[in-house]
Amino acid sequence: MKIARVVGTVVSTVKHPSYHGLKLYVVQPVDEHGRDFDQTFLAVDMVQSGVGDLVLVINEGNGARQIFNKPILPIRSVIVGVVDEIDIEENVGSTSGAAP
Amino acid sequence: MYLGKVIGTVVATRRYRDLDGYRFLVVQPLTKLLKPRGIPVVAVDTVQSGPGDIVYLEASREASQALLEPFVPVDDAIVGIVDSVDIAPEVDQ
Repeated sequence: MKIARVVGTVVSTVKHPSYHGLKLYVVQPVDEHGRDFDQTFLAVDMVQSGVGDLVLVINEGNGARQIFNKPILPIRSVIVGVVDEIDIEENVGSTSGAAP
Repeated sequence: MYLGKVIGTVVATRRYRDLDGYRFLVVQPLTKLLKPRGIPVVAVDTVQSGPGDIVYLEASREASQALLEPFVPVDDAIVGIVDSVDIAPEVDQ
């Protein structure tokens, strides 16, 4: 799963039937400190998240198919959680080459 | 899933038989601000989009699941036409 921030919404009326009734967001992947990393992509919301929220996003079809309970589904990116808090043990991530 | 702009079409008469009957469109991937990103891809259209349309696409195996047959070997499929993309102001520096 990726940590990402919801940065925008996509409005679309003409779409594949599987997308009907679903909210479509633009999400920006971020690191554990909330800094932007890599490119934005689109994801379907399943947890009533909103623009500005920090969310958890899966990018894998099998998980999406189980969420939607459908054997065939052209959807891969799904927002599956809204992050309340991230706690990083600062000394654990030290760059001194300590064991991971 | 990513944003793109349809910029053209591809005709490929000699192609894998399961691909018959599908329209191939040339799509330029876009950033959230609808600026070109990377190089164009060729995608199968499932929503009757055409050149000039801003669309969104699904990739890899899920692209093939946007089509009728159980399995058609494609890895980019246009699954919707965009009416608008609204990016929250504070992130739009």
